[in-house]
Amino acid sequence: MIVELGHYALTLALGLSLVQWVLPFWGARAGDSALMAMAAPAALGTFAALMTSFAALTWAYVVSDFSVLNVVENSHSMKPMIYKISGVWGNHEGSMLLWVVILTLFGALVALSRTLPERLKALTLSVQASVTIAFLLFILLTSNPFTRLDPAPFEGRDLNPLLQDIGLAVHPPLLYLGYVGFSISFAFAVAALIDGRIDAVWARAARPWTLTAWVFLTLGISMGSYWAYYELGWGGWWFWDPVENASFMPWIAGTALIHSTVVMEKRDALKVWTILLAIVTFSLSLIGTFLVRSGVLTSVHAFATDPERGTFILLILIFFIGGSLALFAWRAPMLRQGGIFAPVSREGALVLNNLLLSTACATVFIGTLYPLALEGLTGDKISVGPPYFEATFLPIMMPLILFMPLGQTLAWKRGDLLGAAQRLIWAFAAALALSLVVAAVTRRGPVLALVGVGLGFFALAGSLSEIVTRSWSRGMPLATAWRRARGLPRSAWGTAVAHAGIGVIVLGVSATAWGVETLAVVRPGETIAAGPYTLRLDSVTPRTQHTYRAEVARFSVLRGGVPVGPLEAERRFYATRGMATTEAGLMTRGLGQIYVGLGEPDASGGIGVRLYWKPYVLLIWIGTLITALGGGLSLFDRRLRIGAPQKARQRTKAPVAAAPAAS
Amino acid sequence: MTIWFLFALMTGAAVLAVLLPLSRKTRPAAGVVDDAAFFRDQIADIDREVARGLMPAAEGEAARTEASRRLLRAVADEPADGDQKGEPALRRRRAASTIAISAIPLVALTLYGALGRPDVSGAPLSARMAVDDPRALNLGEAVARVEGHLARQPEDGRGWEVLAPIYMRAGRFNDAVRAFSEAVRLNGATGNRLADLGEAVTMAGDGVVSADARSAFERALALDADNVKAIYYLAVAADQDGDRAGALARLRELVDGAPVDAPWRGMVTARIAALDDPTRSEAGQVIAGLAPEERMQAIRGMVAQLAARIEADGAPLDDWLRLIRSYTVLGDSAEASRTLAAARSRFAADTPAVRALDALAADLQIKEEAPAKPASRPDGESGQ
Repeated sequence: MIVELGHYALTLALGLSLVQWVLPFWGARAGDSALMAMAAPAALGTFAALMTSFAALTWAYVVSDFSVLNVVENSHSMKPMIYKISGVWGNHEGSMLLWVVILTLFGALVALSRTLPERLKALTLSVQASVTIAFLLFILLTSNPFTRLDPAPFEGRDLNPLLQDIGLAVHPPLLYLGYVGFSISFAFAVAALIDGRIDAVWARAARPWTLTAWVFLTLGISMGSYWAYYELGWGGWWFWDPVENASFMPWIAGTALIHSTVVMEKRDALKVWTILLAIVTFSLSLIGTFLVRSGVLTSVHAFATDPERGTFILLILIFFIGGSLALFAWRAPMLRQGGIFAPVSREGALVLNNLLLSTACATVFIGTLYPLALEGLTGDKISVGPPYFEATFLPIMMPLILFMPLGQTLAWKRGDLLGAAQRLIWAFAAALALSLVVAAVTRRGPVLALVGVGLGFFALAGSLSEIVTRSWSRGMPLATAWRRARGLPRSAWGTAVAHAGIGVIVLGVSATAWGVETLAVVRPGETIAAGPYTLRLDSVTPRTQHTYRAEVARFSVLRGGVPVGPLEAERRFYATRGMATTEAGLMTRGLGQIYVGLGEPDASGGIGVRLYWKPYVLLIWIGTLITALGGGLSLFDRRLRIGAPQKARQRTKAPVAAAPAAS
Repeated sequence: MTIWFLFALMTGAAVLAVLLPLSRKTRPAAGVVDDAAFFRDQIADIDREVARGLMPAAEGEAARTEASRRLLRAVADEPADGDQKGEPALRRRRAASTIAISAIPLVALTLYGALGRPDVSGAPLSARMAVDDPRALNLGEAVARVEGHLARQPEDGRGWEVLAPIYMRAGRFNDAVRAFSEAVRLNGATGNRLADLGEAVTMAGDGVVSADARSAFERALALDADNVKAIYYLAVAADQDGDRAGALARLRELVDGAPVDAPWRGMVTARIAALDDPTRSEAGQVIAGLAPEERMQAIRGMVAQLAARIEADGAPLDDWLRLIRSYTVLGDSAEASRTLAAARSRFAADTPAVRALDALAADLQIKEEAPAKPASRPDGESGQ
């Protein structure tokens, strides 16, 4: 019965979404605040109904209710509980349900927000509801997770073994919070176009949502990358796989969006461009969903390979992207242009940032979709891999990172390039010195990697310099500087931290050039070496657990003959699905990792071993965490919470009174 | 019925929540943010930055001027309030509430009616494990149930005990060997368990009594000297080793000591007959090595040949006796009694023959009075 309650809640959510779509829109056009006010309870109701639905499906997974087809196909009564729960979204139908749950979660948060102008809120929720309706219809008509089986089979078919990992519990929800969160920016943009009013108020209202989505997308992509790194056993962390690109494109566009929104908020400029970026960002999220779900691509993520579903998503895609762009083409010329600024200014730097990011996004887009389009038109299969992206993406990212510290040093409206460069001279010198040290210590490695190291250090030093120059001037006691630094707005700290995080990522990526890889067939007792480490294979033993059998290879790690510790790697065989997977053995040494992937066993009793020594590889993911933290700091800037002007005024009193004494 | 009541409750709650704002008379004053407030806040922000020395005074002044300009524009741009009162507003709200009241249940119930299955009850693992009536399950499900249970609690000897004979009947002899060994390990060794284990090992080895099986039977006999299965298979083992006399001796001993109504009696006597008859012995050897189904088929084929021979010419008494015995062994008591009746009429004049037939009838408990009555099979393996 609980399952059917969940199913009914799903249809109820559709009814509520219809109301949320039509009535607030009517209210906004007619200027009727009562009708506009209906948006909030409808949005909250839709969220509650979908949560009920999601809880019902989760319950079916937890108790292994095999009268539900979706549970049979993706669960097994002997699976550990954590994978039973994460299995809810480890399949097409369940993940689409999670998708709309998060979509309506954002809707509910907007509904609860007390700081939004009434009309903007009503229209935003109305646009949001139209997206919800499209996806609810998609779920109910083509991918219903509540399809029943009567009589129920006794045992389920188990979850794809690659997904039986803690990563599944974390990666998709984070990624969806990001992906789907951009739907709010989209709804804000379309609402602004409908209303014909786009100004700094809009920018400030939309910015926290965009920033939230961006932070989660950053974390989601980062988690996905680390998961692929240790689960797929290839030892890489990014493959320029179309599915990865599908999540990376909205990230690049979203990064451009959060930067252009700042310009709009501060200077009332770049309005039309910001609206376009908001539309493009969510469109890229939708395209990502389409690529992954239509069966166009084959990958771990491609759950659904049903052409009917692909057609449905394609229709949704055409409706929303085409509709919003048409609305944009119609309304954008009517928008009042904002303030003007000199080319050399913070705005100018942010425009450069947007140009470079859009170009980078376009290269990824072409590299991802061109092979698909070509295959569709001529049937030729070409593979666009890392060489293409290294040749196109990197030359765009390198100047971007080089200009990044410069941009945040420039003043608004009219900047002083020479002054900014002078302020950065120490950061530049420090970066140069550190890269020379690296070059001297390693004495080999490609030039590009050294350039990367230099850029990474420059971004780090530039962020530090930004905080220092804003809070310290020559001759000032450190205590005062520290107080001033703490007094800097959170968004300034957020910028510095996020940019420093980018620097850390660049360092980690550059360090991969110094990685070492060894491939060998090893018999117990033999050794294999990579970089400074030697591994001795101690034993290969079988192990049976849950729904799989595994061959466990135990290694002893030695450095210069001194034992460092044990390391385990596994090859698993999942009987229900008849699939084999590998569990990489990882040992973290400082910021580097020893990585062991197991291959096929040899006839002579040996086993194929891939051994990697990856120095400073963890910097990649640590950098993404720092970047996300920067976004979070910016998000908690007091000024983003404009709902409390009263409080803000009280707080500003004290410094105002103290100012004359100081000067 | 409860489920429809709950659906109604959910629908009602949804409709009421949406209608709530329509019942409010005036627009809530708090929580409304307009553009003017935003720019006032921005000007305050600029003042604050200038006061703390974070922004040069001249730059601050320029920024403040710009924000003030925007503030003035925002105040001028403020859209006029729409008509909130009067007849059109009232009509609009009435229409809105009608839409909300009708659309939500209509959409939900129509779609649910088309897609939902309120009649299908849930089948969680616990419910599937706890089916009270085992007849409601098919054999595969029952096996899966017990296997699932044992995978979770492999130390449950009773489960293995239940599972093992099912494996035997399903022909999964290797699984049966594992199940019987677990049963012996967990529940302790008894004559029956060891003999069953030996039988499973024998079957897994295509009917050859291996050293492992033999040791199991010998241990069974050590615990239970009268264990029929162990004695029988040890006789088979002796026969397979070429010791026909030893095999016969064991089997005869078995039949002699057996109660008259022992269900396996027929089978053992058939085996004795097969071993006794040198012409049959080779065929018997071959048949013993066959899989159960094939073996049954082979035996039926031989019986049919025998019946045809008797029908064709005046066969000797021995053939008649063998045929009657065979029918009994095959469980076909109707055919046995019919053949017995035919034999009685054929050998009516022959006194020793009649006496032999009487002895056989008593031995095999053939009911001559009710030859047409279908007899149930004694071993209860009707599930096969």
